[in-house]
Amino acid sequence: MTVDTAPPPTAVPASAPAARRRGTRPGRIGLHVFLMGVSIAFLAPLLLAVYASLRPYDETSKYGYFSLPRHLSFHYYKQAFSDSGMTKYFVNTLIIAVPGVIVTLFLASFVAFAVSRIRLRGGIVLLMLFTAGNLLPQQVIVTPLYVVFNRIPLPYWMSDSMTMFDSYWAVVLVQVGFQIGFCVFVLANFMRTLPQEILEAAIVDGAGVWTQFWRITLPLCRPAIAALATLEFTWMYNDFLWALVFMSDGDKLPITSALNNLRGQFFTDYNLLAAGSVIVALPTLVVFLLLQRHFIAGLTLGSTK
Amino acid sequence: MALNTARRSARRGRRRFTRRDLVVLGLLLGIPVLLDIAIVWGPTLASVVLSFTSWDGVGSIKWVGTQNYANLFTNYPPFWPAVRHNLLWLGFLGLVAVPFGLLLAVLIDRGVRFSRFYQSTLYMPVVLSLAVVGFIAQLIFSRDQGVLNAVIGNTKNPVDWLGDPRLNIWMILLAAAWRHTGYVMILYLAGLKAVDPSLKEAAAIDGASEAQTFFRVVFPTLRPVNVIVGVITVIESLRAFDIVYAVNHGRNGLEVLSVLVTDNIIGEASRIGFGSAIAVVLLAVSMGFVVTYLVQEIRGEKSR
Repeated sequence: MTVDTAPPPTAVPASAPAARRRGTRPGRIGLHVFLMGVSIAFLAPLLLAVYASLRPYDETSKYGYFSLPRHLSFHYYKQAFSDSGMTKYFVNTLIIAVPGVIVTLFLASFVAFAVSRIRLRGGIVLLMLFTAGNLLPQQVIVTPLYVVFNRIPLPYWMSDSMTMFDSYWAVVLVQVGFQIGFCVFVLANFMRTLPQEILEAAIVDGAGVWTQFWRITLPLCRPAIAALATLEFTWMYNDFLWALVFMSDGDKLPITSALNNLRGQFFTDYNLLAAGSVIVALPTLVVFLLLQRHFIAGLTLGSTK
Repeated sequence: MALNTARRSARRGRRRFTRRDLVVLGLLLGIPVLLDIAIVWGPTLASVVLSFTSWDGVGSIKWVGTQNYANLFTNYPPFWPAVRHNLLWLGFLGLVAVPFGLLLAVLIDRGVRFSRFYQSTLYMPVVLSLAVVGFIAQLIFSRDQGVLNAVIGNTKNPVDWLGDPRLNIWMILLAAAWRHTGYVMILYLAGLKAVDPSLKEAAAIDGASEAQTFFRVVFPTLRPVNVIVGVITVIESLRAFDIVYAVNHGRNGLEVLSVLVTDNIIGEASRIGFGSAIAVVLLAVSMGFVVTYLVQEIRGEKSR
């Protein structure tokens, strides 16, 4: 996955044409200065948020942002957690995202398998149906779902609002329904690259559709599934709109949507807002740093064939 | 034609599905298809229908024809600013973030040292939620406590970057581009890696300059990536919601279409028919692009 497949430019004295192609030494330095500058500019907002969250507000207001810190503390993090019960919102996010990711991937992988590995009639139509569905603006589907969810009764043990509206079920269902499209698209592209012979051999041995899918195809898709799982988790974690629209009880909100509700408390204190932002951003950043390779693979699987 | 050959080969090369196969296929294709229809396509259609009615969500549904649209275009003040902002969004991402992402990808692809570091750093904002990007934007651009005013040192007469309706959309676009650039860069990097190096060698032997090689040889092979980037950019610009909502609920200079939809349905008024009409405008624009994209996909499918 590394991008730097070319040999390091300074290792060997480059021959004249090679040197021309790679640019001269000052050119290289300029390139690094430019890339480093852009990188720092890209990191700055995040670093700033961290820095602000660790400093008391009085200090920033008295000495300005760029004074040396006199106190650094996790005070704002403690406050964000204790005042607003952030743990609860994290749990809510997990309640939504974990089943969401699993169900999405399971259903999408079967659809992808059916359209790319079995010669079904109308396979392309199915693929288009799912892919296009993921590209629609969310707001197009929000209104009718809002109305319908309000009218679907659920027993108390499933939803304490007694309707689909304001329940985890609604948000999970919409997440799954909306994200399946992207996963089908990516997985179908991936499965098409698998050798068809393996499947044919299994069919000759009498494998049914389920065996072809579960025992033969799916294990080969592990890299793609891992990539998508990473990506989908991040997306469901980051989602802001669904919970905002389909939930009225602030206590059930997932963390990203909850931050908006908490803004009322945070508004006067930007250092506290910074702490809240960092807390919300941290899990996805950790996922990204640990699973970067998967993450990037998931995004690019669909784009280059 | 493609279907025909597929059917023939299925008949020739394979036995029919067993009963168990049919159950598996029926269930595992049926559930996602039903879900897709229930969650995505059904509501889309319903939005179109509802857009011709006047409804508050509780009372009776009254058919009003194109009245919602007429109102929308003529006497709903936030509509045209919202359209303008969405177009501006598209223009800014398309003309600034995309070329910048491509430039970064090309530079990193030349095999510089530390390319992993650059790549990760530039990509990092993409994993943040747009809502968080909106909050971070407030830390930077806020009038009294923001860093930008502190840096330029105009504490006497601070600029209200997010409050001034002539300025704030640009600040938000900057924040949106921060995230979009990295995304575009990653897609182009993957595309560039897939370019056959012998093409570049050949161009170099023919004496093409680096710029010529890129524009005449490399860029044309990136066509599939260009299409994807184009689609993502359009979709992102039309979907724009989280950042502005996080900053000021999409008011006072930050109106966008998606916020207007949300306002009309979950706001106090609950004008469902009217909100749907706005959603249908969004749908119409995005469908144009989506269909173009899918047509190209199907063509690619057939030529494969």
